[in-house]
Amino acid sequence: MTGLIRSAKSLLLLEFLAGMWLTLKYFFRPKATLNYPYEKGPLSPRFRGEHALRRYPNGEERCIACKLCEAICPAQAITIEAEPREDGSRRTTRYDIDMTKCIYCGFCQEACPVDAIVEGPNFEFATETREELMYNKEKLLENGARWEREIAQNIAADAPYR
Amino acid sequence: MIEALAFYLFAGITVFSGFMVISSKNPVHSVLFLILAFFNSAGLFVLLGAEFLAMILVVVYVGAVAVLFLFVVMMLDINFTELRQGVLQYLPIGALIGIVLALELVFVVTSGAFDPASLGAAVQHATPAVNDVNNTDALGRLIYTDYIYVFQAAGLVLFVAMVGAIVLTHRRRAGVKRQDIGEQLARTAGDAIEVKSVESGKGI
Amino acid sequence: MDSWFYSVFEFLFAGWLPEILHTPVWIVMLILAIVLPLLIAVAFSVYFDRKIWAAMQMRRGPNVVGPFGLLQSFADGLKLFLKETIVPSQANKGIFILAPMLTFILALIGWAVIPFDAKMVLSDINVGVLYIFAISSLGVYGIIMSGWASNSRYAFLGSLRSAAQMVSYEVSIGFVLVTVLVWVGSLNLTDVVEAQAGGIQNWFVLSHLPMFVIFLISALAETNRPPFDLPEAEAELVAGYQVEYSSMAFALFFLGEYANILLMCALMSILFLGGWYAPFPFLEFIPGWAWMFIKIAFFFFVFAWVKATVPRYRYDQLMRLGWKVFLPLSLAAVVIYSGIKVYLF
Repeated sequence: MTGLIRSAKSLLLLEFLAGMWLTLKYFFRPKATLNYPYEKGPLSPRFRGEHALRRYPNGEERCIACKLCEAICPAQAITIEAEPREDGSRRTTRYDIDMTKCIYCGFCQEACPVDAIVEGPNFEFATETREELMYNKEKLLENGARWEREIAQNIAADAPYR
Repeated sequence: MIEALAFYLFAGITVFSGFMVISSKNPVHSVLFLILAFFNSAGLFVLLGAEFLAMILVVVYVGAVAVLFLFVVMMLDINFTELRQGVLQYLPIGALIGIVLALELVFVVTSGAFDPASLGAAVQHATPAVNDVNNTDALGRLIYTDYIYVFQAAGLVLFVAMVGAIVLTHRRRAGVKRQDIGEQLARTAGDAIEVKSVESGKGI
Repeated sequence: MDSWFYSVFEFLFAGWLPEILHTPVWIVMLILAIVLPLLIAVAFSVYFDRKIWAAMQMRRGPNVVGPFGLLQSFADGLKLFLKETIVPSQANKGIFILAPMLTFILALIGWAVIPFDAKMVLSDINVGVLYIFAISSLGVYGIIMSGWASNSRYAFLGSLRSAAQMVSYEVSIGFVLVTVLVWVGSLNLTDVVEAQAGGIQNWFVLSHLPMFVIFLISALAETNRPPFDLPEAEAELVAGYQVEYSSMAFALFFLGEYANILLMCALMSILFLGGWYAPFPFLEFIPGWAWMFIKIAFFFFVFAWVKATVPRYRYDQLMRLGWKVFLPLSLAAVVIYSGIKVYLF
């Protein structure tokens, strides 16, 4: 008898109809997705995106070429060369990040004693060629200038938890 | 004029593709040419005003039989150069059978057995003028009246052949786990899981 | 077809064209009058398919190209058109190129016998139902040929599955057609529609409801739509028979597939939903072709709805459904419906 009821149920496609009814209800639900290029989701202040080299408010580079970031980088994506400048201060002559090697772990910004290298909130830096992803010091400083306001805000927002 | 053109087009392609069926190197090409031949024969049927037969030819032969042909031929790894080696050896007997068949066809066609006048009163009675009913109707009237026994016998032969094929190939293997979907769907948590309260340090 | 369309023809050609070319040019005009709207409808149906599917998954779907993304299909078409046609070096070139063309042509020629309104049909032949049945059964060749000619494992597996699937579901489609045809007493599609005149109570969807359901499911299998899209199952066969195709060859497969789906929708509207007839007498002010369009759109929505709802069948379940469920049911239905027709009417 149960077998009979069972086969009658499956012949009437009741389970299919229930499923179809469910999808029809979802058809009229509001969309769960963002309209991405025009709308963006919230980002945490700790978000680790594209790298930037920051400057002090007086325009001096923060980086003192201690090479802690180069040492800690697990992907060995960072290359630094340094020389003393005329005024005797130690600064980098070369600061390259291979963005194709970088795994965005954030160790470099943790290691940095002067908050010079940071990972900013930008994640939309796709390029058409691979070469464009080999960032040099100029590109990183330019990123720092462009994203300074957001980066400073993020560091301030995260400061109480450090 | 257009009808004659269409006839020579269909007939020419049919003969050509018939030739290509037996002469092409690749068996899959052979089957594809066979399909082309079927298709053009269907075109010839349409020209004769027998559109029902044309469509049935396409549905049954092109749509089902040739698909299975193609299915088998594509799956088999036939080395056709090897098969061709015995051609001269079998040529005499093949030619003999071909000639006999051709002669039979000639005899049947020239004997007048297909002359509408000689088909008998019953058939003529059952076949109304072409203009009154379409040929699907006419074919139905003929098959289900005068030729009903022959028709049913043909169906029975096919049925027996089908049952025979299934009986010959179907075997029940021991030790095979079969899936019963209905039973799986009918299983509930109540059937499958038993909740026991286990005293600590005792186990079940 | 419509007389105003013939006056367009007379205005354009009758003045200067020699008499003998009148009929061919008129026929070509009629064919274009069906094919061009059809291709545009195919482009939009791809868009609506994606939109419906997206909405049921609470996504947005294409919404960037043009207003509401309406031009998405045209952008995709342009992209495909500009790409390179790649023929694999080990492929059987002639058949490889022939297969997408065959699929596309077969998808279009089926529309020759579809009546869009009373008298609005390109070729009102006696055996219209059989013609469509034959055309849809030929559709498998494009898939088999492409799968074999690609010389690729995935494509070949896809084409083998497709062959078995088409042959299996053709049988039940054929029997369902028979149950409708014995009630109509004609193989002509216009006669089939006219047998359902007089409102929704005469539509075959009521008298033939089980057959309608079987036909709908078999049509899904026949057009390789989910849940029966095993020939192109992207999870296992990466795209089945389409795996080696690029550019316009791929576009032809795609267009052919959607034209076939629309053809099946049109066939179901004709067989079960009364073609161009309005469901209620007070709705008859809407023209017949508009009703036909609404019904085709409805079935297309159902196709997309099913695609969004059910997961793909396993191959053995597919075969079981075709041979062990649909074949006996539809065979029994042929006996029952012809019995009712003979003894009760």
